Amino acid sequence: MQVTGAQAVMRSLEEVGVDVVFGYPGGAILPAYDPLIEADLTHVLVRHEQGAVHAAEGYAHASGKVGVCIVTSGPAATNLVTGLCDALMDSVPVLAITGQVASTAIGSDAFQEADVLGITMPVTKHNELVTSVERIPGAIREAHHIASSGRPGPVLLDIPKDILNQSFEWAWPQHLDLPGYRPTVRGHGRQVRDAVDMIAAARKPVVYAGGGLVRAGAGDELLDLVELLDLPVVTTLMARGIIPESHPRALGMPGMHGHYVAIQALQEADLLITLGARFDDRVTGDLDHFAPHAKVIHVDVDPAEIGKNRHVDVPIVGDAKVVVGQLVKVARDRGEDAVPDAGAWRDHLSEVKQDHPLWCKQPDEGVIKPQTAIQAVHAAWGDDAVYVAGVGQHQMWASQLIPWSRPRQWINSGGLGTMGFAVPAAIGAKVAVGRDTPVVAIDGDGCFQMTFQEIAAAVQHDIPVAFVVINNGVLGMVRQWQTLFYASRMSETTMGQDLPDLVKIADAYGIPGLRASHVGELESVLSKAAAITDQPVLVDIRVDSDEMVFPMVPAGGSNDNVIESADEWLTMAIADTTEAATARERANHDAGLGRIGRELREGDN
Amino acid sequence: MHQHTLSVLVENRPGVLARIAGMFSRRSYNIHSLAVGPTDDEHVSRLTIVVGTDPVHLEQVIKQLNKLIHVLKIIELDPAESVQMELQMVKVSADASQRGDLFALVDVFGAEVVDVDADTVTIAIAGNTGRLGRLTPLLETYGIREMVRSGTVAIARGDRSITDGSKLRLQRVV
Repeated sequence: MQVTGAQAVMRSLEEVGVDVVFGYPGGAILPAYDPLIEADLTHVLVRHEQGAVHAAEGYAHASGKVGVCIVTSGPAATNLVTGLCDALMDSVPVLAITGQVASTAIGSDAFQEADVLGITMPVTKHNELVTSVERIPGAIREAHHIASSGRPGPVLLDIPKDILNQSFEWAWPQHLDLPGYRPTVRGHGRQVRDAVDMIAAARKPVVYAGGGLVRAGAGDELLDLVELLDLPVVTTLMARGIIPESHPRALGMPGMHGHYVAIQALQEADLLITLGARFDDRVTGDLDHFAPHAKVIHVDVDPAEIGKNRHVDVPIVGDAKVVVGQLVKVARDRGEDAVPDAGAWRDHLSEVKQDHPLWCKQPDEGVIKPQTAIQAVHAAWGDDAVYVAGVGQHQMWASQLIPWSRPRQWINSGGLGTMGFAVPAAIGAKVAVGRDTPVVAIDGDGCFQMTFQEIAAAVQHDIPVAFVVINNGVLGMVRQWQTLFYASRMSETTMGQDLPDLVKIADAYGIPGLRASHVGELESVLSKAAAITDQPVLVDIRVDSDEMVFPMVPAGGSNDNVIESADEWLTMAIADTTEAATARERANHDAGLGRIGRELREGDN
Repeated sequence: MHQHTLSVLVENRPGVLARIAGMFSRRSYNIHSLAVGPTDDEHVSRLTIVVGTDPVHLEQVIKQLNKLIHVLKIIELDPAESVQMELQMVKVSADASQRGDLFALVDVFGAEVVDVDADTVTIAIAGNTGRLGRLTPLLETYGIREMVRSGTVAIARGDRSITDGSKLRLQRVV
């Protein structure tokens, strides 16, 4: 059967099982938008191409399937860059299709031409400029395979307009032409046995669980391993929910703003069982002081992550679900011998956990503390909901405070830290999970203003997401660093809680807008919002601008120095200045570092 | 900082060199030299990359290269276990009166005179980097007008081959 390139794009997407695409039409991609009308695909019309790629990410995060976005050439394609980079950093399977100017015009600086292949090379797992119409089905099949297999990531196909318009005899490729791409799935048997030996011999083991477990769908296997061997677990920002927070062995999140016990567990451990995590600087702090006593087992599907930041004693390359399953099987066959003697360690960690809770001083009336707001949001929408966050203080508080109960319940931008992620990603996630599961975007007022135009897409396509803005009127995380590291010299971090008026924004989009300004009304406002399930809703929670996220390990600092509260910080800072009237203070001053001790300084990353 | 020689087989596709060069630059790895050319298989090109790095980073370089979809195989060639050669051409100032001495020098080094003009002589020399390095200063006395080097190419000694152990199947049924 003769088809056009444009028809082949639609048919190929159907063949690989795509049922929804997020996109925005334009000149070079116009041919593809015509057969879209008949295609068995739902198209969500976003309001900015960045929204399309973040929505595709949200869809992929929530469903585990490949999220697809389709946009035109030039500025549309360059608008994808942030989202592609975000997807690369967080290993999110995304397929982006961009129109390109006609192949005869490439290189001539034609209207809306950009070197999309070159621009997106560093922000994609792979990309391709499709140079013949016959190549379209194979390119889409391969792109979909590359995006979703191995370490998932974004793949972009750039298709010139003339190629979309040409015709050819439709043929679906019978095999993939990828001789240089063979991800390892199964872990090496001997390495798996060595890992089980090492766990059995440990006295202070900790599972350092990362986002790779979520991508691999390894929640059940992880739970089996943890329960079989009675292992404490920390879950990184990308892995929250891979084990329920209510589980007795769950210690919370490690890292810069992690739970004290999780940070401490890694520091004191004699063995890290690292599963789908990558020793990110936000977790390790100063690498030289990170988990100084620990041997390391590292399971990752990407061999390049193993040994990248931290020396590894037992490396295992493979899919996290498969490898953890192998670990469970070998350990189970060994019976009691595989279980480490770690009773004293677990007791110690339970004590540390008890002694170092998160806390915040919420007055009985008046100002709403952001932590209170987050907990109230969870109380209103409950454990069934999926929560999507932007980047900054609200993200850290949500990750810390919500008692995660399942994988894919928590969606956020981790590696790239992309402000503006939440609104479009929540829309994509809602499309993925369907009407029965609530999706709540917990966003900051700074983040929200980067992408809230996508509310129009939610309204137009009847995607009932709850958008909850933790509105402190400032760029909270940046302001926190200015407070701590720049002597409270607030430079360009104040935006104002009334600018814009979020309730009026809601009104402009024709959706309910609610506001909570003091703690007394918080619960009733949120329960009212949670009751709205048939349309999007926007909630403006006015919170204390001065609240800071703790615990905190300053960037590049040692995880041995966790500061648990603003009070502790101030006490340390004051103690530091009073006792050091001497050489060090002068040296610090000469170096332009002010009067604050080294462990309290900003760090270089 | 040690120099390591990598031989890399890649699919012969548009942009593959840009992918490799881009990976090196965005991860701050240092390419000392890079040579690329076809192989006996028209679908496969071979690159020889000389990298200046310590062993830990070398492992990262190899792993990151391997992640590129169009990279088929990478081996490191130990200088002691491989033949490494580079081609250099040098155009020096030399009129008829100086040619005799210059040609004698060329003979000693086993180099070749590839072009002669009224007041220039162009010399080609192939060999390892050390050999090239010894000739160049001697030519400087004549005055070097311009020079060009190909970058190192390398191949394993003995019966070992980069194609060992992995039949490179360009069509694979999944």
